[in-house]
Amino acid sequence: MKQKIIMKLLTGMAGLGIALGAVSAHATPESDRQEMIKYYTSKYPNVKIEDYVFGALAFDADSKSQYDAIMEFPPFDSQIEAGRKMWETPFKNGKTYASCLPSGGKMIAGNYPMFDEAKGKVVTLNDVINACRVANGEEAYKHTDAKTMGTLNAYLRSLSDGMLMNIKVEGPKATAAYEEGKKLFFTRKGQLNFACSTCHVQNAGTRLRSELISPAVGHAGHWPVYRGGDNLVQLQQRYEGCFKSVRAVPAPAGSATMNNLEYYHSALSNGLPMKANVFRK
Amino acid sequence: MAEPMRIRATMAGDVADVKVLMNHPMETGTRKDAKTGQLVPAHFIQEVTATINGVAVLDAEIGGAVSKNPFLGFKVKGAKAGAKVVVSWVDNKGDKNSAEATIG
Amino acid sequence: MNALRRNVLKSAAGASAVAVAVAAGLLKPTQAMAAWNKSAFEAKNVGDALKGIGVTSPADSKDITIKAPDIAENGAVVPVEVSSGLAGVTSIAILAEKNAQPLVGTFGLSGGAEGFISTRIKMGQTSLVRAVVNAGGKTYTAAKEVKVTIGGCGG
Repeated sequence: MKQKIIMKLLTGMAGLGIALGAVSAHATPESDRQEMIKYYTSKYPNVKIEDYVFGALAFDADSKSQYDAIMEFPPFDSQIEAGRKMWETPFKNGKTYASCLPSGGKMIAGNYPMFDEAKGKVVTLNDVINACRVANGEEAYKHTDAKTMGTLNAYLRSLSDGMLMNIKVEGPKATAAYEEGKKLFFTRKGQLNFACSTCHVQNAGTRLRSELISPAVGHAGHWPVYRGGDNLVQLQQRYEGCFKSVRAVPAPAGSATMNNLEYYHSALSNGLPMKANVFRK
Repeated sequence: MAEPMRIRATMAGDVADVKVLMNHPMETGTRKDAKTGQLVPAHFIQEVTATINGVAVLDAEIGGAVSKNPFLGFKVKGAKAGAKVVVSWVDNKGDKNSAEATIG
Repeated sequence: MNALRRNVLKSAAGASAVAVAVAAGLLKPTQAMAAWNKSAFEAKNVGDALKGIGVTSPADSKDITIKAPDIAENGAVVPVEVSSGLAGVTSIAILAEKNAQPLVGTFGLSGGAEGFISTRIKMGQTSLVRAVVNAGGKTYTAAKEVKVTIGGCGG
């Protein structure tokens, strides 16, 4: 069984040029990340690794200039303002979100997803928001609801603008969750039988159905995005979209599957600066 | 009714660079609501005017083809730092909004 | 009477061309608010839209620059900037030729405002984005093609 999984992993990672047998046993999240960066930068020596935070835009000046034009004065400014109001409004018991979160919520987003040893699982910033709400007598928000969780999360994440992604994978349980996420990233799925890596590793920088594909490094740090200027999309909602694009049934946002994927996926962007609330097509 | 518009006005040499972000759905009246299948009624800003220290600088007529939460940028030569920019709009329902800023 | 109402509705203290036109009876104050050029905005082709804003044969001009993408990231939010060094620019009109209603907006400029307008527009399909500039009593035009695609996965 384990052999089968390793073979599947190796097939999926063929694009990385990783030799048979040299993989997985001693790979660490940091070496995974370095391996990825080496793969992309040797394929695209003219694209700076710092620009990977812009995704596909780093490969296309016309798209990037539209992004720059819109980001100068984003149309979703008032939605972020609504998020600020949510953030500053105390709960019924008088406490605020800032009291729950480390550092009052400032410059923490890069630490998430985080492996919570006490809970024995990966937790995301959304989980932390809900834990705070429930601890203070409020109902948890639905992960994918743009008006509640989406808007609040958008503002909270903006308090970490510029923070370098800083995902930690320490200890056997955290490592197992990370490896689960990595496995999912490289496993072919759906009717179209694509893995995340099929597009975002092997075909990053090329076009698929008129879309320029972004590399996995640099992916996880600029969320939520506003599609069409005002349609708020969180990272795990994008995962759902990708699953559906390859005609696979997505696990729900906030599930262990998605959280483990986000854990692995975010670690790939360690060291890159984050920015919340950006314009995407 | 609407959220306040945001105005940024800065000097670049002797030219005031004014950028305005208005809050408005800018519905053309030809879009169908995804849930109900009904046409969303037309609701868009029709007129935008701007003055600097009371002098008219912009008199615009726009329609539903301007993007939601309209952005407008214009430049005024001879304006000075400290002058007052006032931007106002009127939409097809007669709703109005106005905001002012000082050129920085 | 109408000129007064026009001035009350507009924040501008000075007389604008439109206020003068209303006072002179050139614009029909039939709507509840100041006359929005309904016939021009609802025109279904470029010719009628131009006629609606009183433009007949604008001359092609290389002194009008349209900064717009080659391929729009999203047809709902296309950044367009029109700038012109022509002397005495009094207005800029922007049209998206293949939109169901091509006229996007007309921007009257006065009081030192330069020949420059930046905005974001909706485009229904690949089309020429056209600028018509009124300068020194004459009209000029330029256009740039902007492609609009339906994306596969939304990048």
